[in-house]
Amino acid sequence: MIIMSTRRWALTAIGLVILLALPLLLPNFWLVNIFGRALVYGIVALSLTFLAHYGGFVSLAQTMVAGVAGYSVAMMAPTAIPLGDMALPYALAIPLAVFAATMAGAIVGLIAVNTREIYLLMITLALAVGFSLFAQSNITWFNGYEGIRNIVGPEIFGRPFRTPLVFYYTALVVAALLYLLVLYVVRTPFGLVLQAIRDSDRRTAAIGFHVGLHRIAAFALAGFIAGWGGVLITFYNIGITPSSIGLWATVGVLIMAVIGGLGHPLGAFIGALIFALMDTFASTIIGHDRFNTLIGMVFLVIVLLSPDGIWGVGGRLAAALGGRNRNKNADGGATR
Amino acid sequence: MSLQFILTVTLNGLTLASLYFIVACGFSLIFGLMRTVNMAHGSLYMVGAYVGFAVFDPLYASSVWASQAWLIGILAGIAAAALVGVIMQVAFLGWMQGQELRQALVTIGLSIIIADQLLARFGGNPFQFFAPDMLFGPVQVPLIGRYPVFRLFQVGLAIAVGVGLWLLLNKTKLGIVVRAGVDDRQMLAACGINVPLVAATVFALGAGLAGLGGVIGATAQPMALGVDARFLLMSLVVVIVGGMGSIGGTALGALLIGLAEQWGQVLFPTYSVILTFVIMAAVLAVWPQGLLGRKPT
Repeated sequence: MIIMSTRRWALTAIGLVILLALPLLLPNFWLVNIFGRALVYGIVALSLTFLAHYGGFVSLAQTMVAGVAGYSVAMMAPTAIPLGDMALPYALAIPLAVFAATMAGAIVGLIAVNTREIYLLMITLALAVGFSLFAQSNITWFNGYEGIRNIVGPEIFGRPFRTPLVFYYTALVVAALLYLLVLYVVRTPFGLVLQAIRDSDRRTAAIGFHVGLHRIAAFALAGFIAGWGGVLITFYNIGITPSSIGLWATVGVLIMAVIGGLGHPLGAFIGALIFALMDTFASTIIGHDRFNTLIGMVFLVIVLLSPDGIWGVGGRLAAALGGRNRNKNADGGATR
Repeated sequence: MSLQFILTVTLNGLTLASLYFIVACGFSLIFGLMRTVNMAHGSLYMVGAYVGFAVFDPLYASSVWASQAWLIGILAGIAAAALVGVIMQVAFLGWMQGQELRQALVTIGLSIIIADQLLARFGGNPFQFFAPDMLFGPVQVPLIGRYPVFRLFQVGLAIAVGVGLWLLLNKTKLGIVVRAGVDDRQMLAACGINVPLVAATVFALGAGLAGLGGVIGATAQPMALGVDARFLLMSLVVVIVGGMGSIGGTALGALLIGLAEQWGQVLFPTYSVILTFVIMAAVLAVWPQGLLGRKPT
C-alpha cells in the first residue's frame, strides 16, 4: 500500500536523516530537553491530531489516556518508589501499560460515543480532570499528591535509558513508527470510513457502517498511540504525578496540537517542539515565571489568525509562493 | 449511622450544590443563548474572588466601612467578572459566532492568560473573606444541631438566584429576547433586536454569576490557586448531567453532584471523585442531552 507519494517519502527520509544526525550537532541538553521532550509529548499530541483531523473528534482525554499508561508502567516498574506489589520486568510492564491505555481510550470512546463536537470536548475534558483528581486523592494505587517516583526505564543494549543518546533514539524510533502508523491507518478501509464519519456520520451510517464501533476503535487506536507517549513521558520525567496529567497538562497537549496545526500528523511534533522551546526560553523573553501568559497569547493568536496552525501558515505560504493547490498541501494524508 | 449524621451530610451536600448551582447556571446561561462553551468560566470565578478580595481587604481593615466590606466585595467581584466577560465576548467571541470549537479554544487561551495574570498580580497565597456578623457563626438547626449560618445563607442565595433567573428569562422582555435568541438568532436580528448587545448582556450576567460564586465560595472555604480547574470541571459536569441551557436542569445537576460528592466522601473517601463521573457517564448513556436538556435542533 502506498502511504505517501514518492516526493513525500523523499522529504520524510531527508527529515529522518536530519533527526538521526542531530546527536552529532547538538549538545545533550538540546537533544533531551528540547528534541527528546518534543518527540515524547508530540506522540500524545499526535493521538489528538489523529482523532481531530481524521475523525473530527477533538478529544481532551488524550493526556488522561497517556496518564493511564504512565501510571500503569509506574505501578509495575521494578524500580518504583514506592514499589507496588505487582512489580514486573519492564519488558512486560511497557506492553501492559500500552494495552491499558488502549482500553482506556476505548472506554473514553464508549462514554462519548453519542456526543459530538463541543459536547465531546466538554465530556473528555471532564473525564481528564476527573482522572487527575482521582489520582491525587487515591493513595493506595496512585500514591496521592506525590505520585510515583524513580521510573528510570529499561536498559537498552545494556545502557541505561536515561543516557541522552538512548533516550533520544528510542523516542525518535517510537515517534517515527507511530507517525507512519497514522499515515498507514488513514489509507486503510477503516481510516477511510473514519473520514467519512467526520464528513457526515448519518450518511456513513446509511450506507451500512457501524458508526459507533468505528468511533470506539478510533479512540482505542488513539489510546494506543497516546499510551506510548505516556510511557516515554514517564521515563522522561523519571516518574509521574497527578499534576502532570491535570488540567494544564491536558491544555498543554491541546496547545501543542493546535499551534502545530491539526491539519496534519506532523503538526503535532512541530507544535510540541515550539512548546518545548517556549517553555525553556520563556524566562528570557517575557520575564521569570510568566510562561503561561506567553504560551496563552501565542495560542490565542494562532487560534484567531490561523486555525490550522503553523502547518497551515506554511501551507498557505507555499501556496502563495508556488501557486500550488493548498488543499493538497494542508490535507496531506487525507487527499492523494 | 444516626439520623443526625445523615441529615448533616445531606445538608452539606445541599450547601455545596448551592455553590455549584450559582457558578454553573452562569455557564449554562451563556451556553444556552450563544452556544459558546466558556472554558474560562473557572477563571471568571477566580477573577470575582481575587478582585472582590482586593476591594474587601482594605475596607475590612478600616473602621468606617468594615460592616459593609463584604457586600461591597461581592459587588466588586461581580462587576469585575462581568466586565471581563463582556470584554471576552465583544473583543474575541462575538465575531466568530457559530464556530463553537474555535470559541472554546479561544476561551481556553484566555483562561490560561487570566489565571497567570491573576497569579502575577495577587500572588498565590490562600485567603478567605470574613462574612458579616449577621452571617457569621453557628445557628441551631432542628435535628442537626449547630450549623454554620453562612452555609444556610448559601442555600437561600442559590434559591434566590434560581428564582431570579427564572423570572428574568420567563417574565421580562429581556428574557423573551434571550429565549428567542436560543431558538433562532437570525430571525431575532431580523426583528430589529440588537443581538450583539443582548449577547454581551447575557455574557455579563453569566460571568457575573461566576464572580458571585467566587466571592461566596471564598467566604465558605479558603481560596487557593487551582480552584479554577475545579469549578470549570464542576460547571461542566453539572451542566452535562442536568442539560444545557436549562435552569431546572442545572439545579438538578448541581443537587446530584453536590450530594454525590459529600456522600461519596463519607462512604468511600478516596473514590468519591469516581462517583461523580459514574453519574455523568450513566446519565450520558441514557440521556445524551442531559436529564432536562432539549434535543439540539
